[in-house]
Amino acid sequence: MMNLAFAVVIVLLGASALMAVFRVVTGPTILDRMVASEVFLVTVMCGLLVEMAYERDTYALSLVLCLALLGFVGSVSVARFVSRRPE
Amino acid sequence: MTGRDVLDALAAICLLLGAVLAVSGALGIVRFPDVLSKLHAATKPQVLGLMLMLAAVGLRVPSWGTISTLVLIAAFQVLTLPVAAHMIGRAAYRTRQLKPERLYRDELAEVVERASDDQAS
Repeated sequence: MMNLAFAVVIVLLGASALMAVFRVVTGPTILDRMVASEVFLVTVMCGLLVEMAYERDTYALSLVLCLALLGFVGSVSVARFVSRRPE
Repeated sequence: MTGRDVLDALAAICLLLGAVLAVSGALGIVRFPDVLSKLHAATKPQVLGLMLMLAAVGLRVPSWGTISTLVLIAAFQVLTLPVAAHMIGRAAYRTRQLKPERLYRDELAEVVERASDDQAS
């Protein structure tokens, strides 16, 4: 029962990661791509958390913490870059 | 049915709900028309889904060391994602990378106009 739940969760997360990558590739503006890559980052964090829940092991917890901070730095710097650029 | 089984069942429910929310956020990213509406999909369902996943890890590995780190991650996400979304929305508004016909009201336009009038006089 538990294994079936984990399989469904992994399939759903894979689908959402694929959709985010699709938007990163096709997104018309740089801000669309930034929002989509943020969604991809959160999906990666969710994947690491599912792996840790499956193994009952918390080896990647500090990695998830780093990703939470890095995503913020990335989107803020891209937003500032876009608003500074001359028209 | 021991206590551990109950915790595992709760964790499975949290994981499934979190995965459904992650998919709904990604669907919004694909389907919504402009940056401002995509921000809505990127922040709200994604953060709630991540919270449910963190809760699931806390239920599977119930120790104080784990739970304190999980609370730290959740606090960072809740503090930083709104700020990042605000910065992206502001950059989109300033560089006009949005669809004006999609806005019901543009209250910021009046403020911007008043500010530029003050600067001109």
